Amino acid sequence: MADGTDKNSSGTGDRGNSLPDEAALSVRLGNLDQRLSEIRGHRRIETDQPGTEGGDASARASALARGFRLSSELIAGVVVGAVIGWVFDRLLSTSPWGLIVFFLLGFAAGVINVMRSAGVMPEQTHR
Amino acid sequence: MIDPIHQFTIDKLFTIGHVGNQEIAFTNSSAYMFVTVAVISLLMIGGVAGRRLVPTRIQSVAELSYEFVATMVRSTAGKEGMKFFPFVFTLFMFLVISNLIGNVPYTFTVSSHIVVTAALALLVFAIVLIYGFYKNGLKFLKLFVPKGVPIAILPLVMAIEIISFLSRPVSHSVRLFANMLGGHITLKVFASFITMLGAWGAVGWLGAMLPLSMVIALSALEILVGFLQAYVFAILTCIYINDAIHPGH
Repeated sequence: MADGTDKNSSGTGDRGNSLPDEAALSVRLGNLDQRLSEIRGHRRIETDQPGTEGGDASARASALARGFRLSSELIAGVVVGAVIGWVFDRLLSTSPWGLIVFFLLGFAAGVINVMRSAGVMPEQTHR
Repeated sequence: MIDPIHQFTIDKLFTIGHVGNQEIAFTNSSAYMFVTVAVISLLMIGGVAGRRLVPTRIQSVAELSYEFVATMVRSTAGKEGMKFFPFVFTLFMFLVISNLIGNVPYTFTVSSHIVVTAALALLVFAIVLIYGFYKNGLKFLKLFVPKGVPIAILPLVMAIEIISFLSRPVSHSVRLFANMLGGHITLKVFASFITMLGAWGAVGWLGAMLPLSMVIALSALEILVGFLQAYVFAILTCIYINDAIHPGH
C-alpha cells in the first residue's frame, strides 16, 4: 500500500505538468493494484481454511517419503559394504575379516549417506 | 483365495528370439512400457503440435512438465546440467506416466519390479562415472577425497566415501521399487478385505465400508506417491550428475 502511494506521488511529481492524463492513469493503476491485492489476500484466507486437510495429508506423505528415503540410504550403505566384504573374502579367502571390516565401513557409509540426504552435514566438509 | 502379489506376475505375450539359451520374450511389462511411451509421445508431440500462443489443456500440461523438469535440472545441476535435460526429462516422464498408468485397476506397474528400477539406476550410475571421467579426467576421483581431513585417517574416509558412492544405485533403485511394490500390495490387501467382509451379508457390507474408504484414500495416496517417487528419482539423478560435472566442491 505504502509503495503504491509513493510511486503515485513521485509519478505525478515527475510528469504532472506535461501529462496529467498519465498521472491520473497511474493513480487508477495504483488503486487497482491495491484492490487486487486485497482480493487476493481474501481469497488466500478463504482457500486456506478448507485446504488445510489436503496440505496436511500431502505433508504427511512427503514426511513418509523422506523417512523412507533416509532408511533406504542406510540400508543401501550396509548392504553394499557387506557385499564388498563377502566378495573380498571369496577372492582372497580372508574369511571372515573382509566381511567384518567392510560391514562396519558400510555402516559408516550408510550413516554418512543418511546425514547427507538429511542435510545435517554441511556442504564444505563432505567434498 | 485373493493373492495380493498376483498383480506383479510377468506374463509372456510372445517370443522375440533367443540369445544363447536365454529366451527373449515380449512380456506384459514390455507392453506397458510401450503404452507409457505411446502416452508420453501423444502428450508431448500431440500437445505441442498446435503451437498456440494461448495453450490448450494438453499443450499446457506439456509445457508445465517441461518447465518443471527444466527448473529442477537448472537449480540442482546448474546451467551445464542442461546438457542432461533430455535424459532427466525422459526418465521423469517415463516414471510418472508408468506410475500413473499403474494406478488404473487391472494394469501392471512397470516400476514395481526391481529389474526395471535397477536398470535405470545403473544407467544413471554409468553415465555419472563415464561423464565424470570424460569431463574431469582423474580429477573426478577428488569426489572421494574430502577436504580438510588429516592424512592419518584419509584411507579410512576414502574407503567409506567409495562405499557410499557405490551404494547410490542401490538406494536409488530400491526406493522407487519398494514404494511402488509396498503401496500396491497394501491397496490390494485392503481391497480384498472388502470382498471378504462382503461375503458376510448385511453386517459385512457395513463393515466393508471401512476398508472401502481406506482403499479410496490409499488410491489418492498412491497417485501422490507415484508422482513423488518419480520426482525423487529425477532430482537424485540431477544431484549425481552435478557431482559428475563439479566433483571438486
